[in-house]
Amino acid sequence: MAIVDSPVVQDIPAAEVPDPNEDLYHAKSWVTKYLFCQDAKVIAIQYSCTALGIGLLGLVLSWVMRLQLGFPEVFSFIEPAHYYQFITMHGMIMVIYLLTALFLGGFGNYLIPLMLGARDMVFPYVNMLSYWVYLLAVLVLIASFFVPGGPTGAGWTLYPPQAILSGTPGSDGGIILMLVSLSLFIVGFTMGGLNYVVTVLQARTRGMTLMRMPLTIWGIFTATVHALLAFPALFVGAIMMTLDRLLETSFFMPVISEMGEILSYEGGSPLLFQHLFWFFGHPEVYIVALPAFGIVSDLLSVHARRHVFGYRMMVWAIVIIGALSFIVWAHHMYVSGMNPWFGFFFATTTLIIAVPTALKVYNWTLTLWRANIRLTLPMLFGLAFIITFVNGGITGLFLGNVAIDVPLSDTLFVVAHFHMVMGIAPILVVFGAIYHWYPLMTGRMLDEGLGKFHFWVTFLGSYIIYLPMHYLGFIGVPRRYFEMGETTFIPESAQDLNAFMTIVTLIVGFAQLVFLYNLITSRKNGVEAGPNPWKATSLEWQTAKTPPEHGNFGKTLPVVYRWAYAYGLPNAAQDFVPQNLPPELVATHVGNQVPDTDGES
Amino acid sequence: MSESTPGAIMRPDGVEGVIADWSSDQRAFKKVPWGKAMMWIFLLSDTFIFGCFLLSYMTVRMSTTVPWPPVSDIFALSLGGEPIPLILIAIMTFVLITSSGTMVLAVNYGYRRDRAKTVLYLIITAIFGATFVGMQAFEWTKLIMDGVRPWGNPFGAAQFGSSFFMITGFHGFHVSVGVLFLILIARKVWKGEFDNETRGFFTSQKGRYEIVETLGLYWHFVDLVWVFIFAFFYLW
Repeated sequence: MAIVDSPVVQDIPAAEVPDPNEDLYHAKSWVTKYLFCQDAKVIAIQYSCTALGIGLLGLVLSWVMRLQLGFPEVFSFIEPAHYYQFITMHGMIMVIYLLTALFLGGFGNYLIPLMLGARDMVFPYVNMLSYWVYLLAVLVLIASFFVPGGPTGAGWTLYPPQAILSGTPGSDGGIILMLVSLSLFIVGFTMGGLNYVVTVLQARTRGMTLMRMPLTIWGIFTATVHALLAFPALFVGAIMMTLDRLLETSFFMPVISEMGEILSYEGGSPLLFQHLFWFFGHPEVYIVALPAFGIVSDLLSVHARRHVFGYRMMVWAIVIIGALSFIVWAHHMYVSGMNPWFGFFFATTTLIIAVPTALKVYNWTLTLWRANIRLTLPMLFGLAFIITFVNGGITGLFLGNVAIDVPLSDTLFVVAHFHMVMGIAPILVVFGAIYHWYPLMTGRMLDEGLGKFHFWVTFLGSYIIYLPMHYLGFIGVPRRYFEMGETTFIPESAQDLNAFMTIVTLIVGFAQLVFLYNLITSRKNGVEAGPNPWKATSLEWQTAKTPPEHGNFGKTLPVVYRWAYAYGLPNAAQDFVPQNLPPELVATHVGNQVPDTDGES
Repeated sequence: MSESTPGAIMRPDGVEGVIADWSSDQRAFKKVPWGKAMMWIFLLSDTFIFGCFLLSYMTVRMSTTVPWPPVSDIFALSLGGEPIPLILIAIMTFVLITSSGTMVLAVNYGYRRDRAKTVLYLIITAIFGATFVGMQAFEWTKLIMDGVRPWGNPFGAAQFGSSFFMITGFHGFHVSVGVLFLILIARKVWKGEFDNETRGFFTSQKGRYEIVETLGLYWHFVDLVWVFIFAFFYLW
């Protein structure tokens, strides 16, 4: 019975805390049920829709940028200033307002209470506020498009001094609104993040020990702890830069002249901002990556009918990656002017992260080894993630070394690297996760045909875009340039490649619109999913109703008897055992047959 | 463990006990209410905020080429024609630390269900907090009269004024929010809302006396942060 029982077998103790069902706030009107709602599931959908909406804007911005790069001087409406504004907003939107909000606010809110057997988050009211503050942050961000001078064009890293000098586009109102929006986002996120962490730590159901939590929860939990410790640095940096811009304090501003006129700033440290920014910025990579790691583990396990290989190792790898990611930030600053010993230190820590990361990749591969792989959409996206993550990770080894990074800095190689590793890879998991959990959220399946189209165009398309981009970076094409102009070292054929990549970008972009169409139409027209379409073991599929109602689990909370990976019982009618199925009912469930063990776990 | 209640978890001793607690079902921290756990984690996050503020202050103090203003002269207060360095700040620190003491008493009386005394000590704590903010406002006024501004001052490096107003302002904001909540919780205790489990107006959750302790955690944290600000701004 090695597959059925979790590594830790013990009696289920009695409830330590009373079921909080009576304490839940039950909505009385449409407004409190759907608008100002305290139910984590509704908040999750609000978060997801807002994040996908603003993400669509980020996508459109990338099309415009690619049009300029592929066909310079054709589109006269794209001025250099616009190009910088679009590049800045594209980066900021995708990293923070789309991926962070979607993984933690969206999937976190939906899955944490359901997968842990909780009624709701521990502080539903604060959770609701979290969404509304996030929405406010998004609105402030959008407002920056409409102020005089437009949004900031400082690059998503917002490096001072250029970010607040008048030569940079959007230095009037744009930069201020950007900083205000970031601060609001952090305040809103903190409200949600405290909920996620406390719910995971203190509100699990009976039998749900930490080492029985699905890896999805481990990923989201660790990423949230990360975010709570990393966002403060950005918050402080944003406040200080706002003061520099508005009150002319000199935190980040050295003595500097503008248009031949010496400004009133003196004695500040631009490097200080870079340290604050990247102390947030590097953990941010893992805030996005860790939930993706967790989710993809579960997707692979469910759709390959096989337990996750090395569950404990996977958990520790997540935690160790998380801890290490706080001491690598200065590898983003090799060209900023740093003591070489620091470069040596940060290169070492950076390369050490490859160890637990590679361990995860091996374990995913071994999870699939001799498994009953079903090429469903979530599985396809999961497989695509592994390949893409390996690709992006390997170029990360190049850039982590000071000697190789210095010549490659500020080239398209860097752009291609981080798009592969923290753009394409996590977004593939987002898609896989949406195909996987959409039936739970709506009760209907997404259309398989449209999904396959979406998958193949997105997966192949992103390689066709980013593999040439690595090459362009290697021959020295700089990033963030409006136009290349005439150079001696870049061959003219580079422009042909750029035009080709732009056309592919537009095609991949179109596939995302097909995905949105699928999301909207399947809500009404999709095939009825039934209670547990993927035959999954984890608790979110064992609810009384699909989609689960307020309070999640009907009258009584589930009791957990095993881990979430009891899959692949050979010769059985049902090849999986739900986490909450009492041991005495297992034989009946799998078809009156004691399952064989394959001697693992 | 003298006698075990049914379903209670037998806790092994030492490190194993800690691990068993952490990884067991339902709760990682036994007997810690949700609100208290949340406050601890929030304070950890807030520690990082204040840590970043103070580290930034140290960085700009070292990066600026202009000499730092003579703080013991600037923060001196003339009493009876004789400037006494640090006198105001000594009183402020004393007031805030005393308020931590009265907060402890409030928590204690809260758990004894002594409503009158809980309210009394909560209000005293709030008054100490408000006094602290008032004295800080006085100090700000004095500095501004002397010509200290966020963007510059006549005594030396401009970063003195900028970091001082930013960090003490951010801390003063924390104290003010604390005072607000002290008054709100005192009102709830006075009306007996924790005894008859009245549901909150906004959250519709039942309040319990543990809230007093949770608020106390915040208050002590704000107090502790002040000790660091005091050391780094006034004594360095």
